[in-house]
Amino acid sequence: MAEILLAARGITRTFGGLVAVNGVSLELERGAVHAVIGTNGAGKSTLINILSGELPASAGSVELLGRDVTRLSQPSRALLGLGRSYQRNTIFPHFTVAENCRLAAQARRQRPWAVWESAARCADAMPRARAALERAGLADDAERLAGSLPHGRKRQLEIALCLATQPRVLLLDEPLAGMGAEETERMLALLAQLKPDHAILLVEHDMDAVFRIADRITVMVNGTAIASDRPDDVRANPDVQRAYLGAGH
Amino acid sequence: MTRPPMRNTARQTTLALLVVAALAALPLFLGTYEVDLVAKILVLAIFALSLELLVGQTGLVSFGHAAFFGLGAYTTALLLQDPDPRSFWLVLAAAMAMAGLYALPVAALSLRTRGVYFIMVTLAFAQLVYYVFHDTKVAKGSDGIYLTGIPQFSLAGWVPFDITKSLPFYYVALVLLCLVYAFLASLGASRFGRALAGIRANEQRMRAAGYATYPYKIAAFVIAAMLAGLAGFLKATRDGYVNPEMLAWHESGAVLLMIILGGLGRLRGAVIGAFAFVLLQEFFKNDAVFGDFAKRWQLLLGITVIACVLLLPHGLVGLSAQLRRRGNRDG
Amino acid sequence: MDATTFLVQCLNAVQYGLLLFLVASGLTLIFGAMNIINLAHGSFYMVGAYMAYALAPWVGQYLGGGFFTTLFVGLVLSIALGYVLEWGFFSLLYEREHLQQVLMTYGLILIFEEVRSILVGDDVHGVAAPDWLNGSIALGSLMTYPVYRLFISAVCLLVALGMYLVLARTRLGMAVRAGSVNREMAQSLGVNVNLLYRVVFAAGVALAVLAGMIAAPVSSVYPGMGGQVLIICFVVVVIGGIGSVRGAFVAALLVGFVDTFGKVFFQEAAGVLVYVMMAAILLWRPEGLFRQG
Repeated sequence: MAEILLAARGITRTFGGLVAVNGVSLELERGAVHAVIGTNGAGKSTLINILSGELPASAGSVELLGRDVTRLSQPSRALLGLGRSYQRNTIFPHFTVAENCRLAAQARRQRPWAVWESAARCADAMPRARAALERAGLADDAERLAGSLPHGRKRQLEIALCLATQPRVLLLDEPLAGMGAEETERMLALLAQLKPDHAILLVEHDMDAVFRIADRITVMVNGTAIASDRPDDVRANPDVQRAYLGAGH
Repeated sequence: MTRPPMRNTARQTTLALLVVAALAALPLFLGTYEVDLVAKILVLAIFALSLELLVGQTGLVSFGHAAFFGLGAYTTALLLQDPDPRSFWLVLAAAMAMAGLYALPVAALSLRTRGVYFIMVTLAFAQLVYYVFHDTKVAKGSDGIYLTGIPQFSLAGWVPFDITKSLPFYYVALVLLCLVYAFLASLGASRFGRALAGIRANEQRMRAAGYATYPYKIAAFVIAAMLAGLAGFLKATRDGYVNPEMLAWHESGAVLLMIILGGLGRLRGAVIGAFAFVLLQEFFKNDAVFGDFAKRWQLLLGITVIACVLLLPHGLVGLSAQLRRRGNRDG
Repeated sequence: MDATTFLVQCLNAVQYGLLLFLVASGLTLIFGAMNIINLAHGSFYMVGAYMAYALAPWVGQYLGGGFFTTLFVGLVLSIALGYVLEWGFFSLLYEREHLQQVLMTYGLILIFEEVRSILVGDDVHGVAAPDWLNGSIALGSLMTYPVYRLFISAVCLLVALGMYLVLARTRLGMAVRAGSVNREMAQSLGVNVNLLYRVVFAAGVALAVLAGMIAAPVSSVYPGMGGQVLIICFVVVVIGGIGSVRGAFVAALLVGFVDTFGKVFFQEAAGVLVYVMMAAILLWRPEGLFRQG
């Protein structure tokens, strides 16, 4: 029986008269990658922002680890085990790679009133940060300034920052954005490694990568999910072929 | 620019101690006018440090910080309308508390806005207090009020000196400056401080990691306000007089300029900036140097402000690094 | 309060609000189009008022003109001033952080104040309205209302209408709105963004100067007027929504009414009321009443 870590039901979001997301439901299982694909303007960004808590839904519910988080803010969901990476890096460029992760890891045990304790000596955050760096393959870059990393490694750091808070669910927004072939391979290998312990939502444009790694694909067109199936079934789906993949595929 | 946690702490601490020692020894070599001038700078340095926490550390550009400075000063003045002396500590605490009390709703409302809105809104809230003191009968309006009493500095019943006198005030200001500096240094390196730095660097990532950034920012705002109130208390104590111009936006602009001049993101930038600003002002007002044109010191100040922003992006603190980089490029 | 007094106060509120709109619209246009926060905007208002005072004798002597000629000369000068300022100073502000813009324009205020002090001094002056506008019209049987104040309101309304037509109906207006959304996009659409910015900036300056000039007979001419109007304009822009001219219009009238009637009912606390209102609106709508776009 699959362990459902995140369940979204009937997510709808309107902006004035515009319906950006229309009744989308999906589930994220532990050990599976669920990809969401669609053309620009299909509502993918809006959907992921609603799941992460950055945008309130007009209707529908979000359940994280069995708990209704629909009204919870993003930081609250993060503390419950939701991690998110962004299409544009949200790293701290002027801090070292290690400090980047330490700061993210510190979120689990913030203790803001302890003004006499130096953060760098914090015994709980540093190990978690190092573990995240190891997983993301950045252990050797720990003392480099994050802003000096090449683009591919910055994207890896973006993932490491998610992992530093030890989330159960990962929402990844175009992690492959701007990557060359070699970097893409490395990132896909990383995602494959992360799969067993996490439930992953992947928004991506790189179709080859999506079909390689996804266990389930939801296709969005104009805010509606027109298909949500295993990759082969999605590929064979005539509606999807018509609306999105085009004759060339 | 925010740096990772302090490096070379030993060297920095030694340097800091040397500066403190020099400042402590200063009155032995200077006349009363100069001592009073440096004391004035020390108070402004506390004011500048308080804003550095807000702008430099947390990235919240407030253009209304003078409100808290002025509130601290006015609280002090209003509590000292009786000739009977009042406890230094009590008045100090009251000044900081009033500043903090106003800061709470201002922060809660202003921090709902971002960017330029925030700048304008903080300015507006400062104007609010300005008008309260300028127009209403709360404190004799635009004439200002004189302090009739003095804060009595006593330690367990012993009154070592009269704090309104030049030398005692100088040393009390110096000690308080050191305490505030040490407090902010410790705060900056603490989890709270690093969280603020993270909020400044990338608030989105902080929220994604699980930090509720709004309460953090409010806390930074209130702490900064209380420290500004402390500076206001000192100013009122020394001058024996307060007036609404202390809350005017020119004051907010001046303190903002101080921390830019010194260099954002560094505590010592605030102190250096305070020194540089006051000394520059004194220089521009000096008619021995500028003759009649000394009356036009605001013009020179305005040009300096613009030149500083254009030519010294990292302030005086960053000047050596800037020159080094320029040297590397040419050499 | 009886009906005629109420009417008088309403007319005052409208006049004050419309004047504020004139100044604030320049501020919000410049911010909306070029993303620049300009603290020196109040100084332009002050410049306008002092121009009305200082240019009048000169215009009278050399051009043989009166009030309207002075207005015209002032406007021409202000457009030239705006053009030069944008080219020489404000173009340095684009792409800079808001903090740097705040400080640089703050420095500009100091320079403006001092230059004005050198050129015209620090005295308070009155400016005479033209004779044919100097009378009063009767309201009911007991009260009269100054014609000049009605003139101010009329001018402001005309300008507001003109602004609406330009922004909504002309290519220039479209360019302004496009440029405010995305500079690169506007450029790729063939808009000469540099020229556009210069035009918008000059227009913003001209609006503030015009406001200062026509306000001079009513509010007199004094050194601190720039700072005073600036901060109220900030409140108007915050309430209305940065970049929204429509928002500035509504907010300016709102401020006009709260301030005018506040002075009637609360006297001392009147100055504070506008800020309290701003606080209340922020509680409800942190981005202003009419968000841009």
